[in-house]
Amino acid sequence: MPGYMSLRNRLSPRQAVEAVSRNRRDFLRAVTGAGAATALFSLAPLRALATPRDRKVLVVTFGGGARDEETFMPEGQENIPHLLTELIPRSTFFTQVVNRGILGHYVATASLATGVYETFNNFAAVPPDHPTVFEYFRRDLKRPATDTWVVAPSNGFNRIGESGERSYGHGAGVVLPKRLLTAALSSGPSVEYEHLLHDNYETPLYTPEISGNEFELQHLADLLKLSVTDFTTHARNLASPDELSVYVAKELMHQLAPSLLWITLHDMDVAHAGCYSLYVEAIQRTDRLCAEIWKAVESNPEYAGKTTMFILPDFGRDSDLDSAGNGFQHHRTGDALSRTTWMMVMGPGVRENVVVDRAVQPLDLVPTLGSLLGFSARFSQGHPLPEVA
Amino acid sequence: MVASELQAGQFSGYPPQAQKLVIDHLTLLQKLPAVFVALLLREVIAYDWKFPAEREDLDRQLSYLASLSPEQLKAVLAGFESVRLSEELERFDWVSSPELYSQRLTAHLWASHQIDAFHVTADGYINKVDAAAPPEPLPVPRLGLMVVGQGVAETQYPLFRKLRKHGAYFSQVKPGNGFEKLLGAVATRASAHPAPYAHWYIDGGEEAAAPTPGVTRTSYETLAPVRTALLNKMEKAIQSGIGGPEALHSMMSQMRPEEVGLSAGTEHSVLNHFQVSVLAEGSGTQIFSTTFVQWSAREALRRARPLTLLARFAPRQRQRPMNELLSGKRQNPELDPAGSLIDADMGAYYTWLNQQRLSGADRSGFLVWFEGHREALAIGPSLPRGTESTSPVDLSELLGQLA
Repeated sequence: MPGYMSLRNRLSPRQAVEAVSRNRRDFLRAVTGAGAATALFSLAPLRALATPRDRKVLVVTFGGGARDEETFMPEGQENIPHLLTELIPRSTFFTQVVNRGILGHYVATASLATGVYETFNNFAAVPPDHPTVFEYFRRDLKRPATDTWVVAPSNGFNRIGESGERSYGHGAGVVLPKRLLTAALSSGPSVEYEHLLHDNYETPLYTPEISGNEFELQHLADLLKLSVTDFTTHARNLASPDELSVYVAKELMHQLAPSLLWITLHDMDVAHAGCYSLYVEAIQRTDRLCAEIWKAVESNPEYAGKTTMFILPDFGRDSDLDSAGNGFQHHRTGDALSRTTWMMVMGPGVRENVVVDRAVQPLDLVPTLGSLLGFSARFSQGHPLPEVA
Repeated sequence: MVASELQAGQFSGYPPQAQKLVIDHLTLLQKLPAVFVALLLREVIAYDWKFPAEREDLDRQLSYLASLSPEQLKAVLAGFESVRLSEELERFDWVSSPELYSQRLTAHLWASHQIDAFHVTADGYINKVDAAAPPEPLPVPRLGLMVVGQGVAETQYPLFRKLRKHGAYFSQVKPGNGFEKLLGAVATRASAHPAPYAHWYIDGGEEAAAPTPGVTRTSYETLAPVRTALLNKMEKAIQSGIGGPEALHSMMSQMRPEEVGLSAGTEHSVLNHFQVSVLAEGSGTQIFSTTFVQWSAREALRRARPLTLLARFAPRQRQRPMNELLSGKRQNPELDPAGSLIDADMGAYYTWLNQQRLSGADRSGFLVWFEGHREALAIGPSLPRGTESTSPVDLSELLGQLA
């Protein structure tokens, strides 16, 4: 087609995916001595391992789009020390999570939450078309609204808590910390908070209409037994919107101890502005925050020893070698590298230091959560991952 | 809407040269799949302000298609014919709004899981065009010159990490009058090989010297009034409820130079359209000077395919909330030289990649210099790869090795 340059991936999509997977696998084995899941399966069926009755699950999206170049490739490993040295040795690590859906953050995260590749307009404030994991969880297990929450960036994620599927509804409360902070600063954002209000990197200035199950400031403050003054005081000492999200998530864990908590991190999507330094800085921060979340799990009696945590990106970003894109800046080409990510799972009953090489889909997350928690993800198009569920 | 029913009168709204191009090839266009014609028209409608290299590309494609028999044409474009369209796209008036059609088509291809197949189809087509009509040999090897790190006194950042394996690293470059020497090299090449838009100088700050004959120039500071006008238009559009980011993107992609204070006259028309497209369609180019330089260099290489490109990065402003950055209301924003150096280092790598995508890549030269400092990296056919030199060297000598 006119204007379309011919130099795209030098590898075929399949070769590229395999190369990424091989790189991660070889690297992980080299640094952690991780074994292959297939070899271990014959020794100890996972189901036989202890599974606490009051199991809790945290899902953390390493979100905003990170590439292997800045994470698992040799030159990127310096950006993820916490994943490499603290979390991966305790995890079962899936090296090939291939996203075949639309690579927009809201629609892709919604697909993660429904187990179906959603196809709605990424920039529209609409609910997912299919039931979410939160709705399955609450309906099948008869759980109250306070037992599942989503903490998300404010760009369009406000409808992710429950679907438009009529036979469901009653999903998760959605907390948008930046909106809460803006509301708390009734006189308008001041300089000391501006770093927490970076917003909507892909579509700056655009603010979708708010409607849905989003929690407003006073309501949440009541639930968390947190004064607006405390909230703004804590916020002043934080470095980014994702720090604010993790702070709110920890408060939720402390006060409400939800059984299913979903935290969507997003700082690294600053890459859309084209500044490599800001993108890498955000990856380093996300790496640190993931470790902080796990520490919060281990230090909280409500969570310690009974929590399974999933960490996975929503998708990657464009390859440097695809001329249709502009490298790290966007995720528009749909090339194999931007579609191929990873997932780590840790917690009681999950084998540590194990690498799973086979290709799985992000759609497999919801049925896997269903197997762990005991609900049926009946509309999901994915399959439970036997290595961890 | 089907291509076989196209009529000359439908193109009366096109600019003069674009209109002539379509009418001259109307019989051919009527034989092609609608999806392909719509995407072709997206390029054709801007023909009047395209660079010579882009016009040659379009002419070359049309000549190639015209040379094919009906059976060959069908085979070459089968992938475009087989795209499954929505009813909305089937009805869409892509003659009048090919850019908007392209945006909607892209969204549809993603939603219907056809985007990967479409990429394969597009690649295959371009490969056939390239094979049928290879580009003309260049009069002189291309040369890319990048200047990074302005305002940084010292750094621990490992510079040129991605480029080192491709070229020679020099740690004892004599920095005196370095930038003037690079500017001089551009002027010399422009004088020796004059051609429209063949030699470029892009600056992330103020332009360094008086205009040089034959050198196309653009800079972040020179375009400050344009950036402000553009951001004001964006803000007003949002406040008036334009209807979301896609509508905003569509509005921006159709922005004309005269709407943001640039002349639309014929002398500067092509460059002004280019500058507006960089600012209106490039993400982050309006607010970060490092992004402006990287994206301008990419687009200049992709579209104008210059023989010479000199790009100098300058410190960008620090990150602030996007809405505040885009409002452009804070005067004298704080700068981030250290972060800008990292951005520029990656920008230099991307510029080299983009230069290597052009014809004559095996003969091209590339130099990136840490401004005011002793570090540089040079890539060229006569320079050993992955090596390091600690011998004192002048930038003029390095340029000589690349010639």
